[in-house]
Amino acid sequence: MSPSPLAFDIAHMFAGGLVLVSFMMLYQDRLLPLINVLSLHSLLLALSVAWQAHIQDKPDLYVTAVIALGFKSIVIPMALRRMVVRMELHREVEVAVGTGMTMLLGIGLVALSMDLMLRVTAGANALVREDVALALSVVLLGLLMMVTRRNAISQVIGFMSIENGLILGGAGARGMPLVVEISVAFSVLVAFIVIGIFLFRIRERFDTVDLQALDRFRGEHR
Amino acid sequence: MSMPAFSPIIALLLTSLIAAAALAFVRDYRWSARLNIFASLVALLFALLLFHSRPPADDLLLADDLNVVFIALNAFVGFTTSVFSASYIGHELETGRLTPGYLRFYHVMFQLMMFGMDLALTANNIGLMWVAIELATLSTIVMVGIYRTHEALEAAWKYFILGSVGIALALFGTILVYLAAVSAIGEGMGAMAWTNLLRHAVTLDPSLLNIAFVFLLLGYGTKVGLAPMHAWLPDAHAEGPTPVSAVLSGLLLNVALYALLRFKMIVAANPGTIAVGPLMITLGLGSLIFAAFMLCRRRDIKRMFAYSSIEHMGIIVFAFGMGGPLGNFAGLLQMTMHSLTKSAIFFSVGHVAQVKGTQKIADIRGLTSSHPLLGWTLVAGVAAIAGLPPFGVFMSEFLVITSAFARAPALAALAAFGLLVAFGALLLRLGSIAFGEPAGPLTPVRASYLPIFAHLSLVLVGGLYMPGAMVTWFQNVAGLLK
Repeated sequence: MSPSPLAFDIAHMFAGGLVLVSFMMLYQDRLLPLINVLSLHSLLLALSVAWQAHIQDKPDLYVTAVIALGFKSIVIPMALRRMVVRMELHREVEVAVGTGMTMLLGIGLVALSMDLMLRVTAGANALVREDVALALSVVLLGLLMMVTRRNAISQVIGFMSIENGLILGGAGARGMPLVVEISVAFSVLVAFIVIGIFLFRIRERFDTVDLQALDRFRGEHR
Repeated sequence: MSMPAFSPIIALLLTSLIAAAALAFVRDYRWSARLNIFASLVALLFALLLFHSRPPADDLLLADDLNVVFIALNAFVGFTTSVFSASYIGHELETGRLTPGYLRFYHVMFQLMMFGMDLALTANNIGLMWVAIELATLSTIVMVGIYRTHEALEAAWKYFILGSVGIALALFGTILVYLAAVSAIGEGMGAMAWTNLLRHAVTLDPSLLNIAFVFLLLGYGTKVGLAPMHAWLPDAHAEGPTPVSAVLSGLLLNVALYALLRFKMIVAANPGTIAVGPLMITLGLGSLIFAAFMLCRRRDIKRMFAYSSIEHMGIIVFAFGMGGPLGNFAGLLQMTMHSLTKSAIFFSVGHVAQVKGTQKIADIRGLTSSHPLLGWTLVAGVAAIAGLPPFGVFMSEFLVITSAFARAPALAALAAFGLLVAFGALLLRLGSIAFGEPAGPLTPVRASYLPIFAHLSLVLVGGLYMPGAMVTWFQNVAGLLK
């Protein structure tokens, strides 16, 4: 039951688009545009999952797509935007660890995940192989983003992109049950962080969301 | 339609869930502490009932030889911790570190965490297991940050970031296991049921399983606290309330390790996969030796015992990596003994930190003369965790080292070296904490000794005499683990 070439191409386009948008995140060093990129990332995920639901004929995946669209593409970016504006962070430029270097590393990671996943999934059908390989790329790019950023909000955005990659992988894996539950669990997790930042008001306590400042409060040097 | 049969697993899970919901409405902290104890006791009874009658495994839940003891251990430590917590939080409320509102939140989270851990232990579905571990992690993250000081927030944030990266990698590994299974078992829930996976292990795709296990090892390994992914663990232990440190060390690390063991069994049953032993040995030995040296320079008492947990998790992962009936036996025994001993130590340390008003080792001196009972229980606990006879930890560590010596003397020597360094570091610190001129406040302590005594006597009994039935059980499970 291999999918028609057109169905495959469209799935490939959406998944590849996610990887591309992950790269956009890597070089975006202002917070408000970064949040817009996250919105776009989640929108592409929603389209991709909806397409998977269509070609696999799995209606429950539409729920996942709707969660991605409503929650991750609209609600959470809005909440983050409000926080950034309220905390007056929107004018700050975050100095990422050398954009050029990060992009090169990112390309390396994508090459690595392609090589690895295409090699080990030789037995599976082409759609699954591409999907899982691209999903791993998105996950690794998200990890890269999390380690190269120092700002709490960009780390949350990096984490959400990892999560999008995982849901892409889960939806692409033929008929994997619990994808809906897992995406709900993840959405709760993110809502939790966003509320967490809001409630704890890291800025209020530390006068900054720059985590380098947080590092000074190492437990042992009180 | 017939009534569904009574299942202790469902009863156990529902107990924590209902308790969590009910605790959200209890305003008075004394009553919520009592309700917390009561719910944990009921959960313990249901857990013990599993030894008597075990419901058949279905696609979502299962109880087998491997998990019943962990479920019982989980419920037991959960119960004793709830007793300890009742006396601990009263003091926190008096000193104003926590408000009644936060306490209510704390109790809800405590039961949610117990629910998450019980669900993870009883899950037959690898996706459900993942969701459950995530739930347990989330509830501990909020409890770690509950004091809302700089340090507590930093610890919670670090725990959150590292924990969620770990959990993300573990999910990717879970997806890969499903992919490896889907061509052999067919689509749907069946390909995520652990019992099915094990039955069809030979037909699963070996190269996918290999990659999956690496992701799972790194992902769940982060939650186990293996170096170099351990950075969250000392902070989370040191800055959260002490009952949380006790369950983190005593239970949550075990639950993550248990998840890893389940996957190890599948991978080991497939002839085409790489040997996972060397991977686990490397991570285990690395954590053991790293933590042993870190123990030497600790200045914070809770942080010190957190590093000791990393060290013990290293020994356990090393033992399972060596494998074989004896190695697995030693690993299982060590998991049980460490969990009981370490939570007992955190109970005493919690009272010590409260009465002295500090966690700095330099400011805590002469405990055995200022607070004899508390001091001596701490001495007994540290002696047990350092691996002195006649306690159970001595026996399990002895087994780990001797069984490893028979097969790989060089590795065993490295492990023994790590254990000796840790032993020296712990006893050196214990000397200054427990003996000499007392320092700090001398006010008498209102401690709840019952949980500490219960744990330590079990560890002592485990070291002196193990009932035949228990030995058979351990041997049986060790055989299952390959």
